[in-house]
Amino acid sequence: MKPSARIEDHRTWPGAIPITSTYTAGVAGQIFFDALKQSGKLIATRCRPCKQVYLPARLFCERCLDALTEQVEIKPTGRLISYTLCQVDRDRRPLRRPQALALVQLDGANTVLLHYLLDVTRPEQISIGARVEVVIKPKRRRIGSILDIEGFRLVHDPEFSSKRTPRRKGR
Amino acid sequence: MIGAGMTRFMHRALETPKELAWHAANAALASSQLKLKQIDCVVLGTAPDAFDGVHMKSEYLADGCGGRGKPFLRCYVGGGTGVYAVAQAYFQVASGMFDTALVVCEEKMSSCQPHPQAAFLTIFDPITEQPLKPNLLWIFALEQTRYMETYGITIEEIARVAVKNKRNALNHPAAQLAAELTVEDVLGSEIMAWPVHRLMVSPTSDGAAAIVIAAEEVARRVSDKPIWIQGIGWSLDSAYWTNRDLAYPEYVEKAAWMAYDMAGVKEPRKEIHFAEPYDPFAYKELHHLEGLQLAPKGQAPRLLADGVFERDGDLPVTPSGGLLGVGNPIAAAGMMKICELFWQTRGEAGKRQLPGKPERGVAQAWGDLMQVGTVVVMGTKKPD
Amino acid sequence: MNDKYAGTPLGERELNRGKIFVNSYTPKLHYQWDTGEGIGRYLGELKRGRLIARRCDGCQRILIPPRMFCERCFRPTDEWIYVNDTGKVLTFSLCYVTWNVRRLKQPLIPAVIEIDGASAGMGILHLLKKVPPKKVRVGMRVRAVWRPPAERRGSITDILYWRPATEERE
Repeated sequence: MKPSARIEDHRTWPGAIPITSTYTAGVAGQIFFDALKQSGKLIATRCRPCKQVYLPARLFCERCLDALTEQVEIKPTGRLISYTLCQVDRDRRPLRRPQALALVQLDGANTVLLHYLLDVTRPEQISIGARVEVVIKPKRRRIGSILDIEGFRLVHDPEFSSKRTPRRKGR
Repeated sequence: MIGAGMTRFMHRALETPKELAWHAANAALASSQLKLKQIDCVVLGTAPDAFDGVHMKSEYLADGCGGRGKPFLRCYVGGGTGVYAVAQAYFQVASGMFDTALVVCEEKMSSCQPHPQAAFLTIFDPITEQPLKPNLLWIFALEQTRYMETYGITIEEIARVAVKNKRNALNHPAAQLAAELTVEDVLGSEIMAWPVHRLMVSPTSDGAAAIVIAAEEVARRVSDKPIWIQGIGWSLDSAYWTNRDLAYPEYVEKAAWMAYDMAGVKEPRKEIHFAEPYDPFAYKELHHLEGLQLAPKGQAPRLLADGVFERDGDLPVTPSGGLLGVGNPIAAAGMMKICELFWQTRGEAGKRQLPGKPERGVAQAWGDLMQVGTVVVMGTKKPD
Repeated sequence: MNDKYAGTPLGERELNRGKIFVNSYTPKLHYQWDTGEGIGRYLGELKRGRLIARRCDGCQRILIPPRMFCERCFRPTDEWIYVNDTGKVLTFSLCYVTWNVRRLKQPLIPAVIEIDGASAGMGILHLLKKVPPKKVRVGMRVRAVWRPPAERRGSITDILYWRPATEERE
């Protein structure tokens, strides 16, 4: 095929797909968000045969497909599994302050939760395995959303600090 | 096929897509009497990610379908998916690589705001058609006009399909829009895009449906009434839909003969006992019946008027109540028809059970831009 | 109602009572589609007030919208051919709703129009106007009404609409 000699004919055409997605929390989500909103509690569900505790609560076990009816209240404390400090926003523009995010395994749950890591702006402040607590907003500001959780905050754990091999100075 | 299950079809469900898929998968497993660990692979059929609003939707749904840790396949041909998924799963098992397959189809259209149509709009060519600000209704209305004009079909003849299917759906406990209507009711409903009236259009829906298929040795061990997949077929026509005559669905004919040849069916009108053609719009059922070789071109409306396609007729069509009566969660709709074939041939269709002992049925689904035909022939006898 | 089929339908009442937790997200789905060579030329000719097609010597079809390969013969198409801005209505509809289900008082009249000079059955999607909706017929002859040259931008909408042609068919 020979290329067209008419350069001015080549062009692009702009357009968009104008949708807004609305998501229901689902049957299990209703249980989780209702408990979070009303009582500030974190509810998980347990599958005894698979020895799994799922947080947030799930309707079924993905391993065996059984319905999950046993609810477990999870304490707002846990362990840092991983983290990142994000320097850019979704459109790759630099953030004024880095945004810290953490994956946390709360005590008693097998799953890992993603949320903001509060009061952290430098990597030296964080270590994998550190103890964290969940900071939940006061009731009047809760609406039944994952943002009813403010984020995770590092707690001082003397046992953890002493076991750690210091690898950076100036903690 | 040794098991089938589905959720209610609803305008808007509380359940997340994963929860919907799980309900259907669980119901199919329970019906098959197999446990999840006996499922070798999972096939998921689900339509554009844009409806549920989840990127890589089938991977997301896999958790609810027992796909975690198993070989997994997604397939999608628009509305044709529900029947196409059976063909894909058939290969998984017939190849000898897997003994059992769980096949799940799900759609949650209510997430797509302001209307699922927004996600459909890019089915029109972005450069040569979208600037005209088209509406999905146009392609159906344009096809219906061509069909009616070519064969001299009246609007009353088309309306009868809506009456029949919504009435059949009264006996389907999962139905979203079952109703007892007259032709006058249908024609009295507002004209959306002439000649399409509102009661001739299937709703958008949330729902899921699933089946379990197994290799012969496994099926015979586990089930006393396995239903055989006797033939599968699919065919895709050009996306240049304005360059072809819309009066007749060639893509359905090609897919149908592929399935009939495989099933050893030489005279479909005689050898098929009942049919579940895709009915997203009332006229489509008639259009598809002709493509399926179950009515001569242009003659399906007359056969309908003569009562041939009623539940107690010579060739019952859409005993389930179809998309018009049960609902249209895109991929799950075709799978619902597959479930109907399963239940009817096993005598398990409850109040919808057809008289006599229907031994062989055909299900057909359609999708995309007047493009795809997917066909499955199922029956009580093992094919030679 | 029945407990055989799972599923919890939500009505407007449940949603409005504020007890159902719902999240919303509007993705930025913006595109720049490349026209490609065939449609690039098509748009250029539309700006100049003409319709252009491509011929495939393999199947002898004259293709509109034009394409640089024939989807049937699966080979490159051979020649640019100008076609007329007149044609015949292959099918039409009277549409009383917008895509987001708002009602229209006057119907839009989308149609597939077979273009004179292209192969039989070779149609394009466009809109009819200046014809009473009840008078539109399959087989009706129509001609394009163009935007004034200064207002054309190289788009299918450089043709504003198609109206009944008064000339008799030859």
